Amino acid sequence: MAGLSMADIEKMSARDAFGLALAEIGAENDKVVLLGADAIGSTRAAGFAKRFPERTFNVGIAEQEMVSAAAGFAACGKIPVATAYGFLISLRACEQVRSDICYPNLNVKLMSTHTGLSMAEAGTTHHSTEDIAIMRSFANMTIVAPSDSLETVKAVKAVIDYPGPVYLRMGRGETESVYKEDYEFVIGKSVMLRDGSDAAIIACGIMVAEAVKAARTLEGEGISVRVINMHTIKPIDTEAILRAAEQTGALVTAEEHTVIGGLGEAVSGVVCEQHPVPVIKVGLDDCYGIIGPEEGVKEKLGLNAEAICRAVRRAVILKKK
Amino acid sequence: MKLSVKQLQEKAAELRISSMKMIAGAGGGHLGGSFSAMDILTALYFNVMRIDPANPGWEGRDRFILSAGHKAAAYVPVLAERGYFSKDLLSTFNRLGSPFGMHPDKNKIPGCEASTGSLGHGLAVGLGMALALRMDGLDSKVYVLLGDGELHEGTNWEAAMGAAQYKTANLVAIVDYNKCSMDGPIDTVVSLEPLEAKWQSFGWETVRIDGNDMVQVLAALQDAAARSSSGSPVAIIADTVKGKGAGFAEGDYRWHYGCPSDEQLADSIKALGGN
Repeated sequence: MAGLSMADIEKMSARDAFGLALAEIGAENDKVVLLGADAIGSTRAAGFAKRFPERTFNVGIAEQEMVSAAAGFAACGKIPVATAYGFLISLRACEQVRSDICYPNLNVKLMSTHTGLSMAEAGTTHHSTEDIAIMRSFANMTIVAPSDSLETVKAVKAVIDYPGPVYLRMGRGETESVYKEDYEFVIGKSVMLRDGSDAAIIACGIMVAEAVKAARTLEGEGISVRVINMHTIKPIDTEAILRAAEQTGALVTAEEHTVIGGLGEAVSGVVCEQHPVPVIKVGLDDCYGIIGPEEGVKEKLGLNAEAICRAVRRAVILKKK
Repeated sequence: MKLSVKQLQEKAAELRISSMKMIAGAGGGHLGGSFSAMDILTALYFNVMRIDPANPGWEGRDRFILSAGHKAAAYVPVLAERGYFSKDLLSTFNRLGSPFGMHPDKNKIPGCEASTGSLGHGLAVGLGMALALRMDGLDSKVYVLLGDGELHEGTNWEAAMGAAQYKTANLVAIVDYNKCSMDGPIDTVVSLEPLEAKWQSFGWETVRIDGNDMVQVLAALQDAAARSSSGSPVAIIADTVKGKGAGFAEGDYRWHYGCPSDEQLADSIKALGGN
């Protein structure tokens, strides 16, 4: 990133990092066009919009139109980046995503912000806790959920270069930094952040930082835990999952999302078919998010390092049975 | 080579025969809405649109989106007749492994620009195309054929507002106003009236024509084709008759989908000048 150090990026929210990366990509690739739905400011795509107004299309509060129009742009050779809050892309424009983009396999980049419970105080209507499940079910779709702002920058760039429909899932607030040094980001290839032999935590998005904290706590209890950042949920890194299942024998998944249809079920699907081991899923337990400050809400709903620790202890006991 | 009005009328009659045979062979199809739109499709593909069926991906081509995807029973024979693929394939309609059936798939049908079927998608997809083409300095037009019942879907009006805002005069909406939706005459379901005023209030120019009169169809489409790429978009409100050209089905909403009997097929072919 021009003029910015890793330390600068680390301090940013994922959406700010997204905005910076997108503006930079705009200068490098004139096929990239931005579509927004009256949230270009809050999704932080405004940097691109300011530099490339002729390639920016704000359709107003009309996410379905935005997603369909993105399909039209892609059909004419552009690389449209359609931006909105996660629940609006995945729920409001669900059919447009499925039938206009995924079915014809068009090169549209859906970049959603404010996902998971990152707008917890805004209430359940504004929570994106089913988006992974919805997007996973669409053939041709790729889903990427970066863990921190540095990874977001890398992910945005990789997504633009990756052919076909992609759903990029980002939060709203500042992210806890997962990466302290540079590394190679490849869509579909997970990153092992810590090795361990008793269990493995497979996490995505902001739950990766929680997983790292949990692993440190558990280390103090004598439990050796591997942490895998599964930043790409589809296509999922089957090899890394199977290696973790074979080498540790107990898996815990962690996602800021319902446990139905998300990362946990994707991981379970892989091990059930090829190397069955216990998989404990940390996520929303078939319920909606609640209103409140983000931290309190996550604690109450079991979406933090503590909850991950409890799940790992259970998983380790289960594998011994 | 452009066809004369008389030749276009004859072509539309031939295409109706081809469509009805295809529907009968498949055991059923969306006859009513396909036949109401056949004159519009014939004029577009044989006289108005700038296309090269031998090179369906040609960058400078005009685009057509069958937003009312169920009219594929008219669209597919038109594409075949225009030379995008062999007419021999028409007998595969709806069959296992066929490139086409009730609703078109852009990745399987040469010349097809958008996969449609679920209503209310095509105008917004067309808006994206119109913006992208204009950005590239191309003067291509994007024609979107909408059903009348389809206009119940709110997404059309999102796209209508967007097109007015972005002044995509290169986007042309054509409403096949056959006055019927699936459950009945449209005014008994949910009326669209005043339809022209609706489009106008959304910032569109409108032209109202008899969509089964080739002279009027051709004139309206040629006018739309001659527009520049920036300015008010235009909606052609085409009053049509559901099932037009199939005497047994004309004006009858129940022929949204159906299969003609052997007798109905034979009578219609004869009435359309075939044998």
